[in-house]
Amino acid sequence: MTTALAPSSADDPLGYRPVALVDLLDRVLATGVVISGDITLAIADVDLVRISLRALVASVGALTQPEDGG
Amino acid sequence: MVDVATDLPAATTGAWLHGVVRDADPATLATLATIAGIDGGPVRAVSAAGLVAVVSTAPLDEYGEEPLRRNLEDLVWLERVARAHHAVVEALARRGPVVPARLATVHTDDGRVAGTLAARRAELVAALDRLTGRGEWGVKGFLVPGAATVTAGTAAAGGVGTAYLRRRRAQLTAREERQQLASAAADAVHSALCELAVVGRRHAPQDRRLSGVPAPMVLNGAYLVDVAALPRFKELVGSLGRRHPGLELELTGPWPAYSFVADRPEPALTVGRPG
Repeated sequence: MTTALAPSSADDPLGYRPVALVDLLDRVLATGVVISGDITLAIADVDLVRISLRALVASVGALTQPEDGG
Repeated sequence: MVDVATDLPAATTGAWLHGVVRDADPATLATLATIAGIDGGPVRAVSAAGLVAVVSTAPLDEYGEEPLRRNLEDLVWLERVARAHHAVVEALARRGPVVPARLATVHTDDGRVAGTLAARRAELVAALDRLTGRGEWGVKGFLVPGAATVTAGTAAAGGVGTAYLRRRRAQLTAREERQQLASAAADAVHSALCELAVVGRRHAPQDRRLSGVPAPMVLNGAYLVDVAALPRFKELVGSLGRRHPGLELELTGPWPAYSFVADRPEPALTVGRPG
């Protein structure tokens, strides 16, 4: 039910249900309006996002043991 | 730190864009000060062209291009920023339509933000109109784990080599069949949901290591749903789950319409019939 990446969200002022980080990342990284800022041309670039997600997966893999779902 | 190579005062903060909303009266805009931005400080409104961009002040030593490259790879940092960004977008979404910005959209100053609003006014207004009275809902579909041992049988020992191979091949075939059935079921679920939604699209299935769910994901759908159609949409998710017992469906939402504000409709975008 709970995921390793879904700690309770204390920063939600109106007490909406906390969302799973992975669901959030699907949305805020892979989609969203691409308003190209001066800095974000490269940052918003899909390739960079892919690199960071790969690193993410690697870091999560290192954190969680396969036997235990956390 | 930012290298200052000239004697001009270099910008040390930028504007992190959370989202764009319709212009509002000053009293309404003043309430933005109650929303905490990425660093805990209040968000600001940048008004231009009849629109309002809601931004956080972003120190460039943390949110500039080079620091962002590093920080985006840091899970703890990424989670903090993603949740802070989402908290702002969600607070805006509760007040009315918002066009959410992708994570890490940073402009060097408010003037640039205003310029973007003016330059993309028509597109942003159209998006706000399209999102009014609608919300995004997620439907994830997982392969039901119980089905995973259908043909496993009594695989006590290898026994005769050929028997083992035959059994192994049967297992693999069964697994392929199950995957194909699940994939077809996911397609059917997605199509049915698109019929009721204004529009639907599929995200890539989530990595199991990120989701923490051991069952393979075969559907990661997002649907823009009219508020009036929401009860029927939820009912439909329930009945589709019963119609496809091989899939476990999970509904998430409401989300701000992150998945439906992309510049260009992607090939995966599926347009449902209205109503």
